[in-house]
Amino acid sequence: MTASTELMAPRAGYLRRKRKERLVWLLRGLVMSLLAIVFLVPFLWMISSSLKQNLDIFELPLRWIPDPVEWRNYIQVWTGERSMLRYFGNSTIVVVATIVGELAVVSLAGYAFGRLRFKGQNALFLVFLATSMVPAQLLLVPRFMFFQQIGLYDTLWALILPGLSSVFATFLLRQHFASAPRELGEAARIDGAGEWRIFARIYLPLARPALAALAILIFDSTWNDFEGPLIMISSEEKYTVPLGLTRFMSDDGTVSMGPAMAGSVSSIIPVLIIFIVFQRHFMSSMARVGLR
Amino acid sequence: MTAVQTSPGRAGKLLRGRSPSDHRPRKKLVEGYKWWIPWLFLVPTIVSVAAFLIVPLVAGLAIAFAGWNVVSGIEGIEWVGLANFRELLQDDMFWESALRTLFYAGVGTPLTIFVGMLLGLALNRPMPFRGLLRAIFYLPSLANIIAAGTVWLTLLNPQSGLINQALRALGIDNPPGWFVSQDWALPGIVLMSVWISAGYVSLLVIAALQDLPTELYESAKIDGAGAFRQFTTITFPGLVPILTFLLITSFIGRSQGFGTIQFMTQGGPADSTTVLSYYMYEVAFQQYRFGYSAAIAIMSMIAVLILSIFLFRFQRGRGLYT
Repeated sequence: MTASTELMAPRAGYLRRKRKERLVWLLRGLVMSLLAIVFLVPFLWMISSSLKQNLDIFELPLRWIPDPVEWRNYIQVWTGERSMLRYFGNSTIVVVATIVGELAVVSLAGYAFGRLRFKGQNALFLVFLATSMVPAQLLLVPRFMFFQQIGLYDTLWALILPGLSSVFATFLLRQHFASAPRELGEAARIDGAGEWRIFARIYLPLARPALAALAILIFDSTWNDFEGPLIMISSEEKYTVPLGLTRFMSDDGTVSMGPAMAGSVSSIIPVLIIFIVFQRHFMSSMARVGLR
Repeated sequence: MTAVQTSPGRAGKLLRGRSPSDHRPRKKLVEGYKWWIPWLFLVPTIVSVAAFLIVPLVAGLAIAFAGWNVVSGIEGIEWVGLANFRELLQDDMFWESALRTLFYAGVGTPLTIFVGMLLGLALNRPMPFRGLLRAIFYLPSLANIIAAGTVWLTLLNPQSGLINQALRALGIDNPPGWFVSQDWALPGIVLMSVWISAGYVSLLVIAALQDLPTELYESAKIDGAGAFRQFTTITFPGLVPILTFLLITSFIGRSQGFGTIQFMTQGGPADSTTVLSYYMYEVAFQQYRFGYSAAIAIMSMIAVLILSIFLFRFQRGRGLYT
């Protein structure tokens, strides 16, 4: 009997400790959830305001649940004279072209730097890395002048072309190609495959995860880019989403918050969908940017 | 979530540019291709870098020594030597904007990183719905600046904004005027920027925390080190590389961005949010003085460069891995 109580005692202590740990675990979740709600407030307010009539947005006392629920803002934003549809179309063109173009350009360069060998390779790569030190600010005005001179100012090309090469993306793919087994290419070469075939059929498919991660990052940054279109685009039918959003708020001087909020909610949805679908990918690729 | 890739240690290895396969005993390269083949692969990058980077860079440096505006066209370029820089030194607006940049980037960046670090430390501990919570804090960085800015303009509305209503409910009778006040407009933008990027910082911090060797904590426990001592001797030094990296890149990013200011306040009220990057944008695209704006860009580039070198020096010898 005494022996068994002796055995039980440490176990009771263990259980008590375990229960306390569990309580702390729950408490931590509770505190962080409350904080998370605070972080969500701007989004919730955005959604709530997008469903209100214009004047109700600044009404006091504040009301979270719109009454009546007003869908008019969304209808106006999507079917009105200034339509989100056009901005979404322009943004989609720029995003798709940038993703396809940039992935093509950087995987070619990444392959040359990572898998092939040539004279001056390391020196050239260093020079290439150094170009990332050039501040975007300094390039802003000259790029604007340049695109004006070659007649591409106020076209979507002015948004697509500067984004085609990327030091960070090339760097990432260089690592990828450099760590791919060299024997695969050698074997194919002996079998008589050309260099292009070796790249396109053997090594490129191996880089698919890195390409996917990059595509997500490019989507995110291109979709959200505001400064590029602000400088390069002047006519409204070429506006991308963020630039178009600015037009909803100040319609001929009158502030119209309702449509602006409905537009804002709409503009976030595509990014949100990509985020939810590729969450794991998204988080890890974002963290990988840390290497930039 | 555990697959997060960043670690100062791994980053170091990556930067040295050697992959595991390179460490194997070297075989003689079987180079079955002509010397110019690699250059073909590089053509798109070389063309792109030349056209959109080298040429604009040289042009940007050159026009700082010129007077030029859109109306006069390329032929209207007038070489003025150092006149732009001389004017800069006497331009009060330039110096005031530089000071505001120091506040905006110099206070906003550390604040964001501090909040993000706390979030990361908290979200690294076990708790229910941890993955979901991490995602929620990250959400703000997904929104474009116009969507985020629009809602913050209403949240920080002095009369009917949610935040001032909350402050009044807490007994603060005279809450800040935010974007209509000269003193509070820039802090308002800083507040918004903390909300936007703290979650991103926390993600990188979590990634770095997961790469810290657990043995260190175990031996620290055996040596009787408390939680605080463990933080100051292991956790924080382990985070120094990623925090420095974030400090430098966010500082540069923040000091160069003009989009947020352009949308939120257009530099006002009474120039109180005219930071250097916005001043440069204004000089170029509203006054069309491209030469002068290039001179501003060069000056701020030099300032940022000096600051980055200083920060790197500061970091050296303070990290766990150095």
